[in-house]
Amino acid sequence: MQIKSRVHNEVLYVLLCGELDEHSASYTRITLDEIFDKPAFNKIVIDLSELEFMDSTGIGVLIGRYKRMKDKAIPIFIANPSAHAEKIFKITGLYDIMPKIV
Amino acid sequence: MKYSNFMEVSFKALSVNEGFARVCVASFCVQLNPTVDEITDIKTAVSEAVTNCVVHAYPSSNKGDVVLRCELEDDLVTITVSDRGIGIKDIIKAREPFYTSKPSAERSGMGFTVMESFMDDVQVTSNSFGTSVKMIKRICTNSNAEVG
Repeated sequence: MQIKSRVHNEVLYVLLCGELDEHSASYTRITLDEIFDKPAFNKIVIDLSELEFMDSTGIGVLIGRYKRMKDKAIPIFIANPSAHAEKIFKITGLYDIMPKIV
Repeated sequence: MKYSNFMEVSFKALSVNEGFARVCVASFCVQLNPTVDEITDIKTAVSEAVTNCVVHAYPSSNKGDVVLRCELEDDLVTITVSDRGIGIKDIIKAREPFYTSKPSAERSGMGFTVMESFMDDVQVTSNSFGTSVKMIKRICTNSNAEVG
């Protein structure tokens, strides 16, 4: 898993590259929290265009980040999910808390 | 003529082996000429089952093994993921959406729900000597498969 981030117009863009499963979950969780803790944005967009695989462990990681940011009133959005990721999001209802943006 | 094939591998219940398990099954199933969507469904279901072994089966640091078996019968894929761990106390509860025995660990509790959604059938057997998850999926687009 590789994670890239940039802030533009007070929006934090995070790009997840690779596979998000149990093996990469801990690194992903810690890295996202470090990035999210920098107070320079009021909205987060998680770009999944380079995410090659994800299972329900990834959903747990995303929900955990949502809970942290909810306390700070910073919304998180999902961009460019694969058809596979989209299927998991619909099954698990993730879009209810992290809407998809186009 | 009925086509039949199988493979079986075992590995230590470590998260680093999840990717291996996914690729292993996907590579084996290619002989049925599945679609990308079908292969992705199978990889995801395998990942969920193996993750359960890694996270839940062996609570001590001394991790046991996971046995991954894949059988092909014509267009039917049957995958069995087994461990010799502590077992699941309440299978019905474990299969409920959003149920997790480790809520503090940011688990989604959706592993079995994903398996059930991506495969045609999921059967779970468990006792204090281990757990076995059997998942079945019919490959719909194998008209060009090279079999025999």
